This record gives sequence, structure tokens and C-alpha cells, in this order.
Amino acid sequence: MENSEKTEVVLLACGSFNPITNMHLRLFELAKDYMNGTGKYEVIKGIISPVGDAYKKKGLISAHHRVTMAELATENSEWLEVDTWESRQQDWVETASVLRHHQEKLEASSCDHQQDSPVLERPGRKRKWAEQRQDFSQKKSLEQRKTKGVPKVKLLCGADFLESFGVPNLWKGEDITKIVGDYGLICITRAGNDAQKFIYESDVLWKHQNNIHLVNEWITNDISSTKIRRALRRGQSIRYLVPDLVQEYIEKHSLYSSESEERNVGVILAPLQRKTAEADT
Amino acid sequence: MKSRIPVVLLACGSFNPITNMHLRLFEVARDHLHQTGRYQVIGGIISPVNDNYGKKDLVAARHRVAMARLALQTSDWIQVDPWESEQVQWTETVKVLRHHHSKLLRSLSRKEGPDQGKVDSPAPAAVPELKLLCGADVLKTFQTPNLWKDTHIQEIVEKFGLVCVDRAGHDPKGYILGSPILQRYQDNIHLAREPVQNEISATYIRRALGQGQSVKYLLPDAVIAYIKEHDLYASLGEE
Repeated sequence: MENSEKTEVVLLACGSFNPITNMHLRLFELAKDYMNGTGKYEVIKGIISPVGDAYKKKGLISAHHRVTMAELATENSEWLEVDTWESRQQDWVETASVLRHHQEKLEASSCDHQQDSPVLERPGRKRKWAEQRQDFSQKKSLEQRKTKGVPKVKLLCGADFLESFGVPNLWKGEDITKIVGDYGLICITRAGNDAQKFIYESDVLWKHQNNIHLVNEWITNDISSTKIRRALRRGQSIRYLVPDLVQEYIEKHSLYSSESEERNVGVILAPLQRKTAEADT
Repeated sequence: MKSRIPVVLLACGSFNPITNMHLRLFEVARDHLHQTGRYQVIGGIISPVNDNYGKKDLVAARHRVAMARLALQTSDWIQVDPWESEQVQWTETVKVLRHHHSKLLRSLSRKEGPDQGKVDSPAPAAVPELKLLCGADVLKTFQTPNLWKDTHIQEIVEKFGLVCVDRAGHDPKGYILGSPILQRYQDNIHLAREPVQNEISATYIRRALGQGQSVKYLLPDAVIAYIKEHDLYASLGEE
């Protein structure tokens, strides 16, 4: 009997999730279908990692709310979950480090075949019963699965993320190399040609093109968080653009106003700040 | 202060299956009408088309109605009405509008009887209007020869009114300008802009389902569960 040669994959999405929308959630579904459809991969988990407040993006509301909304949004998902490690760090964490953190965590738990402890530990945080139930079923399926090797973490993103590699001083060259070289990218895009062109025009991306998966999004699904926040400021409905629980949470806590949009105005984005600081030393 | 005209929005269509985009039409239309200051949207009706419409891949009306009902479980103002789907044959849109409008007027005259719960107003309550809610693609179909009777188009825009929501690749203003009837009654045609381009076509949904791909977050979970339970849209090109 042939053992499955498929590589197990964990999809990791980093971002503001300010707020999380149906589009973010769709990215995961599209990526999973695509990767599983290649016959070479099996997507076993999706992780949403909201950025910490120290990112200092304009309009970024507190991580507590953004995490809670993401948790509400993934409450009834069997494979998506929210990880708060990044958001709990005091300083902003570079994406490559978040990837490394999660890869190391997978390697650590993979060594522990006994599976005595839950697969994911979140010290200091009360675990909801729903997660524990999810972990239990994950535990069961991990035991059942005949796997070879440790699951691989890959970064899930949209085309705007890929193109942000071109923004001066936003990324360290070595980080881009790590992200596409050591981990890999799954990029959901409507404009496949533009993304391919972008890869072609970058030596680093070109070198690691086998590790960059472009997935076509045939439905125009333009539910950007920016538009959600704008609609909320204007008293317009956001129903059916975000999960119902998220919409109710936003309404209950009156998140997103003109005031909240003014947060961090005039403050330099953390990665740019860091780049400048390093240049000065 | 001038009081607002109460409006009920009626959407006709296959709803095969209902999607988040269909539901968005109502939300966008309501926001738009409220913003004009002239209207108060008091309800929404989804009217799935009759099986005898003969459109390809149309699953049984009872399923389409059931799915819409599930999708609307969490809505406090939109409902599904199976009247059109329960008729013996396909019913022209204008007749569906007439039916629902008289039903609306009858239910109001019953309310205005002994019921003392309403706020007292010196003048009689404004007569509610029933407006046809649609995407810009439907407005375009008015141009298709023989698809609509001219008298019907006129009655729809003159007597009822249209709320038409933007759709990518369409030019609703252009369609209006290109039609004498629409131009004459353009004040009764409200063009609502959907700021979030959201092209979740039911055709795409059916294809994705046929190919075993995920449609989560494009339609309500309850609808997806129903589709799986009843094995709808499981393969392409069903007889």
C-alpha cells in the first residue's frame, strides 16, 4: 500500500483584520481548494494571525477587538483558527518571524507523538470549549494520519501583499528571501497576469517561483476592510459582507467611527520606523 | 415635516441558489432610499421564480424557497414569498408586482381598523409603494427584443418604480437614456451604488459546487448545509 506522499500544509494569514471580512475567509477556502487540488499538498489547518497594535497603522483598533471578531468569524469553521501570539507581542513582529514561530511550533508538537498535551498551547489564555473540542478532533485525525515529515507553514495573501514587496523600505530583502525561500507563498489574485509579471521582474521572487502559488479568484470579491469601515462611518449596512456575529459585535461595541479612523495619524508605520532606525545605526 | 413614503422592495429571480450578493441588494437599496430622505423601507420580499420559467439548471422551487427561507432566518425585514413559485405557470413580473401590491394594501387597511397601537397622525398614513429591486443586468434586459412587453415595462416604472443596484460591466444610466419609456419615468428609477464590488453569481456557485469546491462565505452557512443535505447542484449539466 502506497503511503501518501502529500506534504501537509498549514496556511498562515497575517494582516490587520480590521475588521475581518468574508473576503479574508474566502482566501482560505480558495487556497485550500487549490493546494489540495494539485494532489501534492494537504491543507490541514488555517491560521489567522492579527497584527499587534504596535504596527501603528492608521485606523487600527485594539488587538483585543480584532482578535475577538476573528474568533467569532471562525467559530463554526472546522479548520480555521485564530492565533494571538503575534498580537500579544509588545513590539511589532516581522512576518518572517511569525512564520518561523509557527513552523517551530509545528516541529515541536510533531516530535511529541504521544499527543498528551493539546496541539496548540496558548499560555495565559483561557481556552474556549469550542477550541478544545476542535483540538480533540485534530488530535484524533493526526493520530490517524500516516504522515511523512512535519507540516509546512505557508503564507497566504492577496496580490496587494505580493506587490508590497516592491514598496521601498517596507521589507528587508533577507525577509522576502526567507518568506519565499524557506516557507512559500499562496497568493490569491484576480489579476493573475500582473502578479506573474511582478514575479518575473523580481530576481528573488523569480528564483523561488516554484514556491509561489498564484490562485485565481474568479469572483470579484472586493470586500476590503477599508470599505467596511467607511460604510460603518456612513451608517451603511455591512450585512452579508462580514459574518453575522462580527457585524453584531461591531454594532454592540460601536467600533469604527471617525475617531477610530484617526488613530495613528501622523505616526510612522512600524516596519518603516524600524528600517529607518536600522539605517541610522 | 414631510413624512417619508413607506416602501417595500420586491426582488424576483431564480435564486438558484440565493447568495450573499442577493441579500446585499436589499441592504444597499434600503440604505440608498433612506439616504434620499424621501422613503422609509418597511419590508423586503424575495420571490423565487416558478419552475416553469424553463431556465437551465433550475432546481425545484421548493428547494429554492427553502434555501431563501434559511438565508433570511437572521433578517428582521426581508422575507421569502412562495406565491409566484406556487402558480400553475410562469407569471410575468408585472403581475407579481400587482399581486404583492394589493396584498400590501389589504394588510394595511386591516391594520388601520381598530388597532390603536400606531402613532396618532392627523393625516392618513402615506400609501406604501412596492418597488422592484434588481441588479443593473436586469435593467439591461428591458432592451432584449420580446423579453418584456412594452406595456409591462411602462407599468413597472410608472406605477411601481425600480431600484436598480450597480453591477460591474453595466451602465444603468446608459440603459435609461437608450429607452424612451425608461427616460420618461427616470425619476421613478433609483440607481443605487454598491461600493463593494461583489460579483457572487449563482452560476459560479453552481459550477463550484459541481466541481466540489468550497462556497463558504459566499452564501449563508445554513444554505450550504441545505444544499449538501439535499445533494443539490452536485454535478454539472443535470437533466
